[in-house]
Amino acid sequence: MKTVPNAKIGFSKAMQAGWIVMDKKAEGGPKVNKKADKIEDVIQKNLVKLQQDQTDSLTDEQKAEYKKRKLITEVKITSYEITKGDNFSLTIENQNGSWKTKNFKEYNFDALGIPPNGGHLHPLLKVRAAYRQIFLEMGFTEMPTNNFVESCFWNFDALFQPQQHPARDAHDTFFVSEPQVSDIKRVPPDYLQRVKRVHAEGGYGSQGYKVEWKTEEAEKNILRTHTTAVSARMLYKLAQQETFTPVKYFSIDRVFRNETTDATHLAEFHQIEGVVADYGLTLGNLMGIIEEFFKKLNITKLRFKPTYNPYTEPSMELFSYHEGLKKWVEIGNSGIFRPEMLLPMGLPEGVSVIAWGLSLERPTMIKYKIDDIRTLIGPKVDLQMVYDNPICRVEKH
Amino acid sequence: MPTIEVKKDLLFKALGREYSFEEFDELGFEFGLEAEEPEEEEILQNPDLANVWKIEIPANRYDLLCIEGMSRALLVFLEKKQCPRYKTVKPQKLQQMKILPATKQVRPLGVAAVLRNIKFTPDSYKSFIELQDKLHHNLCRRRTLVAIGTHDLDTIQGPFIYDAKPPADIKFKPLSQAKEFTAPEMMEMYSLDSHLKPYLPIIRDSPVYPVIYDRNNVVLSMPPIINGDHSKITLDTRNVFIESTATDLNKAKIVLDTIVTMFSEYCDQPFTVEPVEVTHSDGSVHLYPELPYRYEEVDVDDVNKNISADTMSNLLTKMCLKSEVLPGGVKIKVEIPPTRHDVIHPCDVIEDVAIAYGYNKIIKKIPATSTIADQFPVNKLTDLLRQEVACAGFTEVLTFALCSRDDVALKMRKNIKEANAVHIANPKTLEFQNMPLPLKLFEISDVMFCDKTKDVGARNERRLCAVNYNKSSGFEVMKGLLDRVMQLLEVPIVQSEHGYYIKSCKDATYFEGRCAEIIYNNSVIGKIGVLHPEVLKEFELTNPCSCMEFSIEPFL
Repeated sequence: MKTVPNAKIGFSKAMQAGWIVMDKKAEGGPKVNKKADKIEDVIQKNLVKLQQDQTDSLTDEQKAEYKKRKLITEVKITSYEITKGDNFSLTIENQNGSWKTKNFKEYNFDALGIPPNGGHLHPLLKVRAAYRQIFLEMGFTEMPTNNFVESCFWNFDALFQPQQHPARDAHDTFFVSEPQVSDIKRVPPDYLQRVKRVHAEGGYGSQGYKVEWKTEEAEKNILRTHTTAVSARMLYKLAQQETFTPVKYFSIDRVFRNETTDATHLAEFHQIEGVVADYGLTLGNLMGIIEEFFKKLNITKLRFKPTYNPYTEPSMELFSYHEGLKKWVEIGNSGIFRPEMLLPMGLPEGVSVIAWGLSLERPTMIKYKIDDIRTLIGPKVDLQMVYDNPICRVEKH
Repeated sequence: MPTIEVKKDLLFKALGREYSFEEFDELGFEFGLEAEEPEEEEILQNPDLANVWKIEIPANRYDLLCIEGMSRALLVFLEKKQCPRYKTVKPQKLQQMKILPATKQVRPLGVAAVLRNIKFTPDSYKSFIELQDKLHHNLCRRRTLVAIGTHDLDTIQGPFIYDAKPPADIKFKPLSQAKEFTAPEMMEMYSLDSHLKPYLPIIRDSPVYPVIYDRNNVVLSMPPIINGDHSKITLDTRNVFIESTATDLNKAKIVLDTIVTMFSEYCDQPFTVEPVEVTHSDGSVHLYPELPYRYEEVDVDDVNKNISADTMSNLLTKMCLKSEVLPGGVKIKVEIPPTRHDVIHPCDVIEDVAIAYGYNKIIKKIPATSTIADQFPVNKLTDLLRQEVACAGFTEVLTFALCSRDDVALKMRKNIKEANAVHIANPKTLEFQNMPLPLKLFEISDVMFCDKTKDVGARNERRLCAVNYNKSSGFEVMKGLLDRVMQLLEVPIVQSEHGYYIKSCKDATYFEGRCAEIIYNNSVIGKIGVLHPEVLKEFELTNPCSCMEFSIEPFL
């Protein structure tokens, strides 16, 4: 009884059908004996019939019992027979005139339609694409700015930014602990010496900073504080050409400042930068190209204010008249790179390099009326804002 | 850029007329200053502010860091005044300061000067103190490079000794204290002083501390921390001894020049300074302040080809730069006064010509430079793919390149050491928050890695990352996007060169059996999978999330 599965069910069913009999008084305990000579397993036969789709040959009681015993399950299959009707046709007739007699419910034309399924581009990157387009239209070549980790040498020293400059404090700059230093030996030694000399002793017409210049400061790694570090690398490369060729470069990429974040400041943001190197470029040329650049943004009221940047001289802050605020607002910075930066690189005398820069976040925030930058970038992004954002036509205000 | 606060009435008195804010703002704009009016709310809280303008000064113009210097420069700029001539006038007997060799261990350099027969007013006295604060903060780089001490000369007697002594041997009554303290006691006391606390580390661990005393062992100061109370200056002080100790001699000289040129204005004989004989630790003897007038020769053609040499020379006068056109008319000799230490190259002179001429009067001209533009290949590919991934129904987000160590490793069930990530020495904490459902997001951005083959030891890699966050994990949604991107890149799904496929792999970040490597051209370029439930928990996500990330650089 215990060795065969479902033996208990089989035993009770066989007893019920009178196939077997139990002798309870048998010697050595109850004993089961055969009673019927011949047995007919009706259930088995009926199940075979069902398998053969002869469903009508079973009584409803039988079906119910088998269902209860989970021997069968009931599945209803509905089928239809379709035949051609009176109006059968192989062509679509939409002008049967029925609309003439029917009443149509009025549409609510003020209701919104169903929003289309699709993805969205990020507003800041839409603006980035627009600025990129402007530079390309103006014949500027994009710089390879895909290196967030930069050595102090390229970020500061090559730009003639003194080693004691406050911008080089940990308060302002992220110092990298891994990899902590760059391989300063890969800066060509003669160039490194020229940079060292112009800082410490001067030269190229300069007084220098008259203070010891330390390689240990220059080799420290940081997260770049401006993309101008890449411009420096590019200009050095340009200076190594056999003959100088004029260039126009641009970049739009991330930079990092160790600032506490608030509604208008993040620890990382995008810098837009344009650089032109050629013989005899002047301040007037710089203002001219800046004016053309901003014309593409439909910003025509521009003013230039003297300012100080460690690596440009003259330096100019850019202001535009804000019609909404009814005042002049700062929109960027510019200048002519100092000879102390260019001449040690080996650029020919007489070549000037003019440059201007601005942030990508600020025009984006103004354009899309975003008052907290944290809803634009990072984990607190306002996705609804991203979903609803218009295309970026920078020339439209 | 440093900012100074000036009282309007004092400014108008110095400039000889009243200005409306707009008028002054306009003048400042031309000259390179940025003025700011107090907000109405600020005035409500503090009515005194109604009389104050904040003025932002270019960071290299130390001569404009006080109202004296700023008004002087503006008056010269407006051609209402001539730039004064700064002179040292030797007395019969020079004051002396001797620097002893022991200072080499901590702060080896020093300079000094005397302002004789000065008369302070409460305003000029305040300005004198504030200028020292501004210089300390900016040029002196929070007193690390240079520290200034000013003393009432009539309370002390030279010669002065600048020495360095073991802290326990230094004992004096510091400024504004009632009793004497030893140096270690002062360091202890000032560790609770928010103003002085930041300067303590400059000398704290040195075996000897700098100290200046007079012939009677009266302590003048323990630079760069605190002055002695004995020699403190007051409104009534008539003779000021100024010492400035440093690790950078050039900056110490600039600091001294700046203070004496600004405040000698209030001496009986204005703009004269009494020099002090300083014996350096190497035995060399120098007189300070040097008040140097040096010369630059500037090519007229380098300045501008449209205005005459004489015009340039006149313009330079407005910037406190005296000049003369040299015979032949092709060069201008420019005298750089001791107030203009920012001028270190002829290009600085050129800028001053431009400022005096007026930046906004310069004729603008587009450079003739003709060039053909080029896109940076990885950016070009990125922009093309961004459009297409958005067309495929994903929304672009922009995340920070900086993230916490926990986010990049621990929460992802990884060891930070395996992440090969670039580390920041001085991070700021960032907060993270959840976003609403359902989300199909992507980003194509750079990640940073350590890479020893690069000169800086790190490199960026451009990656495409996408997530699908919904009620079901939706691995097939991710795979669909991968297939679509590969279709766009014309990469067939075959297990051979130039094809791609995904292959089951184990990764602690992903749910087991739901993670695969993305293989292109026989190498792994990224991963695709369903995030591990513990990762979801760490980021406080309640629904399943499938994601993928791979480098797009192999497709360039």
